[in-house]
Amino acid sequence: MKDLQVKQVYDLAIIGAGVSGASIARRLAMYDLDTVLLEKETDVSFGTSKANSGIIHGGFHHGTSLLKSRLELQGNLMFDQLQRELHFPFTRCGILVAALNVEEMKTVEYLYDRGRKNGAIGIELCSRERILDLEPKLTRDVVGGLYAPGGGIIEPYRFVFSLVESALMNGVRLMTDFKVTSAVYREGLHEVRDASGRTIYSRYVVNAAGLYADEISRIFGGEQYSIIARKGEYYLLDRMTRACPGKVVFPVPNAVSKGMLVIPTVEGTVLVGPTADEVPDKEDLGTSSDKLKQIFDSARQMIPNISSRDVITAFSGLRPALSGGDFYIEPSRLIPHFIHVAGIQSPGLTAAPAIAEYVKDLLKEGGLSLKERSDYRPTVDKVPRIRNMTPFDIDALITENPAYGNIICRCENISEAEIVEAIHRGHETIDGIKFFTRAGMGRCQGGFCTGRIIEIIMRETGKSFDEISKRGANSTLLWRSLCERKQ
Amino acid sequence: MRTETIDTLVIGGGAAGMSAAAAVEARGYSVALVERDDELGGVLLQCIHNGFGLHEFNEELTGPEYAERWIRIIGKTKTKVFCSTTIMELNLLEDGRRECFGYSSVHGVIRFLARTVVLAMGCRERNRGNVMIPGTRPAGVFTAGLAQRLVNMNGYIPGKDVVIVGSGDIGLIMARRMQWVGSTVHAVVEIQPYPSGLTRNISQCLNDFKIPLYLSHVISRIYGKDRVEAVDITPLKDGVPDQSGTFRITCDTLLLSVGLVPENELSKQVGIELNPLTGGPIVNSMLMTSIEGVFSAGNVLHVHDLVDFVSAEARLAGEKVADYLEGKRPAREIRVKPGSNVKYVNPGSIDPVNGSELYLRPLIVANNSFLTVSLNGEVIKKQKKAHVQPSEMIKLSLPPKIFEQLDIGEDPRMEVSLNDES
Repeated sequence: MKDLQVKQVYDLAIIGAGVSGASIARRLAMYDLDTVLLEKETDVSFGTSKANSGIIHGGFHHGTSLLKSRLELQGNLMFDQLQRELHFPFTRCGILVAALNVEEMKTVEYLYDRGRKNGAIGIELCSRERILDLEPKLTRDVVGGLYAPGGGIIEPYRFVFSLVESALMNGVRLMTDFKVTSAVYREGLHEVRDASGRTIYSRYVVNAAGLYADEISRIFGGEQYSIIARKGEYYLLDRMTRACPGKVVFPVPNAVSKGMLVIPTVEGTVLVGPTADEVPDKEDLGTSSDKLKQIFDSARQMIPNISSRDVITAFSGLRPALSGGDFYIEPSRLIPHFIHVAGIQSPGLTAAPAIAEYVKDLLKEGGLSLKERSDYRPTVDKVPRIRNMTPFDIDALITENPAYGNIICRCENISEAEIVEAIHRGHETIDGIKFFTRAGMGRCQGGFCTGRIIEIIMRETGKSFDEISKRGANSTLLWRSLCERKQ
Repeated sequence: MRTETIDTLVIGGGAAGMSAAAAVEARGYSVALVERDDELGGVLLQCIHNGFGLHEFNEELTGPEYAERWIRIIGKTKTKVFCSTTIMELNLLEDGRRECFGYSSVHGVIRFLARTVVLAMGCRERNRGNVMIPGTRPAGVFTAGLAQRLVNMNGYIPGKDVVIVGSGDIGLIMARRMQWVGSTVHAVVEIQPYPSGLTRNISQCLNDFKIPLYLSHVISRIYGKDRVEAVDITPLKDGVPDQSGTFRITCDTLLLSVGLVPENELSKQVGIELNPLTGGPIVNSMLMTSIEGVFSAGNVLHVHDLVDFVSAEARLAGEKVADYLEGKRPAREIRVKPGSNVKYVNPGSIDPVNGSELYLRPLIVANNSFLTVSLNGEVIKKQKKAHVQPSEMIKLSLPPKIFEQLDIGEDPRMEVSLNDES
């Protein structure tokens, strides 16, 4: 028999496995479609979705006329059900905006009115006493503020991981290290090629490429626009810090950004940041020391206990901003069956589930036939995490699987079994394992566990030492082995 | 769930834990020694260089050899050893006992019930976040101790062209080690105007290999997207970076030896009072922490330069634990404060009746200075020191006879100082 070139034809190709792409993939997985999710990085959620504030917003930061405002409100309400199905760390701890003087209080009143118009549920204006009651860690200088009880915090990468896992479970295919380099549309199909020569064909394409949505649009011959990378630097504080607030604390925002926030993470650490600076390079994830003072001075005005002594690491993320500031979610007018999901900066994380609904409707309007699958499974399996369990439960778990008793990351209390589980779910890099399990995310930043995790990856995947990387591609960790010298 | 009831639980099976356990057990008390790794020895096992044991064994041993001596000593006692077991929780029970949960793939969860606990968890390395080095976040940035473990225990060389930040002892040892395994160390960069490691390590690990040491310099930027590609090094002028002197070194690996922090997360969990200067618990003359029956010794108490001092301090702690179990308490305690040019004194108080040993950390680099101990303003002991520097801890004995003829008074004030005497 001759070689049969089997064309891989999909109904839908989604470019970008960040929170938008993953949400869309999972939403469309409910239907009888062949869907492929293409990601240029080696794991999902490795771009903007891994480095942001992790906030589920409260519905008062943006004007009613904007698409993103509507999707934020709608998205916010979808998280409870999503959490029940996907078990990612999320809690509605509430959001405060703290006004430090009378002028700021006027802006807060404006935010409140906007929130009411948007339909934000439960928001209230607070007196000084009320806001200090809600958040005792606030400075005594606070004069009042806004409280949005529906706001919350989330571990964004864990959210994306669980979305992708759910999508894959329901038949979506994931292709990582797939960097789209060329595309043509002929005979009703988009032919999409990657840097290594892999080709897929798809009837519909969703461009959820984040920082590179402009580049993807150009490759496909679509609309011209340019995504501006706006950098946000953050500092992460140890969970032992005395400055950990119970709620997300915002300053009164200015025209450019929402300001420097103090965020208690779901996992008990504290985030301080972000800055907002446009950078020319979309790969520029550097951090700088001159931002430190700016960030901490600003944060200390709200929560005086904050100290740079508690810093365990710094990182930065890049927001994919479009001029105009709103989301750009529309079918292309230049190329058929191609939908832009671009400019998804804040509140993109909050809006993501609603973006997925919206894109689903656009696809349907564009002619994609959506037939519900009878075998759709909404729920993913819950992964045991020993740090949330009692000694008695852990003892029982160790009887079943002794690897739960081997503590690999002692800062965050992560067992070997949890690391093995991460690897089996496809996270084979140090960063992938870190984001899935939290191993290496604590105060020692992997100083103790990295060597052990390298050995577990090698054992579980059969990879050799020089294939172990921080986050794929050329980010390998080890140069040579002392045993078998490679020349 | 298995329960172990003992007189003393020692948390950590490194140099401090083994020495403390042996000392308590020698007095006839039941001891459990818990180690999270698969064997006893702690960080000694990855320190394959020599220089250990000159005080304890009168010999120059490697880290694993030094550990082995102690493992044999422990083996001859009735100490119950639990390796591959991590203590995750320490609770104070109402009946005065201490309850700890240890997690282990071998034993399951073990509940330890002990009358006394010795904290001997050692320390961990400060990392990039703690010193906030600007730049990208590529692979290739390791703490020196992690690199040491990768090379000496896992058998992998992390990189080819290396720059080391900080002249702490592990950094210096790793400079030599990386040269030996075929990498090139291009520079050791130290923010202070003096080295932070032992003098002998500067000579044996840097000078012998002609590795340049840049004092009063900092790493001002890391470059590289996936893997480290280069670093910027900037000199300090009057304590602030002088950008005009910045130069770049191409490298693929950055090792950080920027200090150690006592690992006191368990201590914080139960509310033990810590000394912000040492990062370790505040202890009395018995090396007992602010929580009754919980003792502390070794690098978890304060970071030592020599393992021999760790063993000695932990032996003392073990003896004090046994004293405590026998119902002995210090008749009298005198608080000791660091005086001029001294960073800290440990323990924070001494026992004039039984005598005490003090460890102190100088703040200055000086030749021919005098170490003076004063009580209520009067000098009671004076020692000439040929050379002192912050990286070399000073051990000081205060035997009871010093105090025999002294009027200690109602509210004694004791101070230890370092001064240039004219």
